[in-house]
Amino acid sequence: MPQWNGLLEKIDDYRWRIPKNYKAGMRVPGIIYADEALVQQIQREQSPEQVANMALLPGIVNYSLAMPDIHCGYGFPIGGVAAMKTDDGVVSPGGIGFDINCGVRILRTNLTREEVLPKIKELMDSLYNSVPSGVGSKGRIKLKPGEVNQVLVKGSRWSVEKGYGRPDDLDTTEENGEMAGADPSQVSGRAKERGTLQLGTLGSGNHFLEVAIVDKIYETDTAGVMGIDRVGQVMLLIHCGSRGLGHQVADDYIKEMVRAMVKYDIQLPDRQLACSPVKSPEGQAYLGAMRCAANYAWANRQCITHWVRQSFCQVMDQDEKATGLELIYDVTHNIAKIEEHEVGGQRQKLCVHRKGATRAFPVGHPDIPPKYSRIGQPVLIPGDMGRFSYVLVGTEQAMKETFGSTCHGAGRVQSRAAAKKQLQGRDVLEAMKTRGITVRAGNLAGLAEEASQAYKDVSMVVEITRRAGISKPVARTSPIGVIKG
Amino acid sequence: MKRYRLIEHTADMGLVAYGRNLTEAFANAAYGLFSIIAELRTVKETESRRLEINEDDPEALLFEWLNHLLYLFDVDMIIFKKFDIIDFDGHSLKATCYGEKYDPSRHKLKRGVKAATYHLLKADREENQVRVIFDV
Repeated sequence: MPQWNGLLEKIDDYRWRIPKNYKAGMRVPGIIYADEALVQQIQREQSPEQVANMALLPGIVNYSLAMPDIHCGYGFPIGGVAAMKTDDGVVSPGGIGFDINCGVRILRTNLTREEVLPKIKELMDSLYNSVPSGVGSKGRIKLKPGEVNQVLVKGSRWSVEKGYGRPDDLDTTEENGEMAGADPSQVSGRAKERGTLQLGTLGSGNHFLEVAIVDKIYETDTAGVMGIDRVGQVMLLIHCGSRGLGHQVADDYIKEMVRAMVKYDIQLPDRQLACSPVKSPEGQAYLGAMRCAANYAWANRQCITHWVRQSFCQVMDQDEKATGLELIYDVTHNIAKIEEHEVGGQRQKLCVHRKGATRAFPVGHPDIPPKYSRIGQPVLIPGDMGRFSYVLVGTEQAMKETFGSTCHGAGRVQSRAAAKKQLQGRDVLEAMKTRGITVRAGNLAGLAEEASQAYKDVSMVVEITRRAGISKPVARTSPIGVIKG
Repeated sequence: MKRYRLIEHTADMGLVAYGRNLTEAFANAAYGLFSIIAELRTVKETESRRLEINEDDPEALLFEWLNHLLYLFDVDMIIFKKFDIIDFDGHSLKATCYGEKYDPSRHKLKRGVKAATYHLLKADREENQVRVIFDV
């Protein structure tokens, strides 16, 4: 991929500006969060051009933003945040992506590394057998005809009502796992067909299930509120999304909006940026369908959570209360939301696109669970499969600068083909074994493509968000068991 | 003649597919797509599906063609390997696609593909080639 030779101005050590005059049609400047070393890496590919392209979208306010895990996407960059006015701005399905509400949840446990390590192989086998994963995996849940519509409206609540999980899981899920305004009549038959077969599956690619241990606590009190009590405590992470249902919703509406752009006289350099006014019939239909896909993804992670609890109880020979498997939080990192933010000194309703970016609301914000009101919203940042993951909290600075957003992961630096050229799946498996990580993977080729070397160092990414003040690290975990689809 | 070549993209994968005409390039793009997903050597041609697609232009047709095949793979788990496209005019096509239902004992799936994207999508009638980036 060619080097990007555009204009980038240094604002301070962690902020870089693409000026509005860089490209004709930019409505706002772009800002990339990165340090000197990272910014050089970022310019090796075309992702800054994608930041500039986001700034072309009608109704965008303040800045077109990129988090430090930015890398080249299709249309929008991964790590991109863009907020549009709801009265005369647009919504762009490509700015959410094909995996609508791809997200992460983390569960705490009462268990320690010493208790779990002797049984880790058995535990990983049990998890691997109880959570369907891999390409084209089909769910264990048999939905009756039409029942998927309920999943699309109720999200996590549907799962809990069916016995997958506990009511208090909903309290610690973004949007309570049930986004309002979901309209199943805007979801195509094809999307529902795909969704009916795949509920309760992990999928493949970078999706994973991870048993991890707390290896550092940065903010003891804040961590304590989340139930992160000590180093060596076992945690469980789930990373997956809306499966084929979400992909189909994105397909359907990108197609529709490519057509609608003619009607609304919107011209953009990349069809993948296709959009329609938020208030238009197309925009409203997409948002209604997108919320359905988001709810489906929450229902999906909720069902998986239930099987995870069962596996832990069975393998550790303890009841659910004793294992202490409680949901700390669940975040989405591919979504559009209607939120209120300050623009030019005034509160405004905006359609905030987060594509590979996480909401990071501060202390006291009304949209975060009461339990976390005094510490800020938990933010979950999974690293690549061999390295650390982070729990952070949102900040006031994020609210001021990034529409309450921060990064979502490590961010790729190497293409899948390049990663595979350098490494065999077997080597990656061996390397992880050497580091004491038990791996269960559907296929080895997929494993090589997700090797640590293909990603930026998540610690560096998190450190930049800390120094820029847009989120604050609370604890760090390190994997002892990984399931890859 | 080479049917397709893979192109590198940081997070995703793409391909350029060739042909003596655009019809053949479309068929080869589909072949390339399923080569990304599965090892096609052991896949037989025991199942078939007929498709009829109408779109506004060749790019929209390509987007829908590949995404329709991904939909069929998701719901029917058919790994396709042969694509007979007829009545191709750049805006519409009819095709019969052959493959086999996924059988874990004989087939190897390599990776999932979420969708064909519009990013850098191209259906070039002069060069008889198409380009597509997939979200994987």
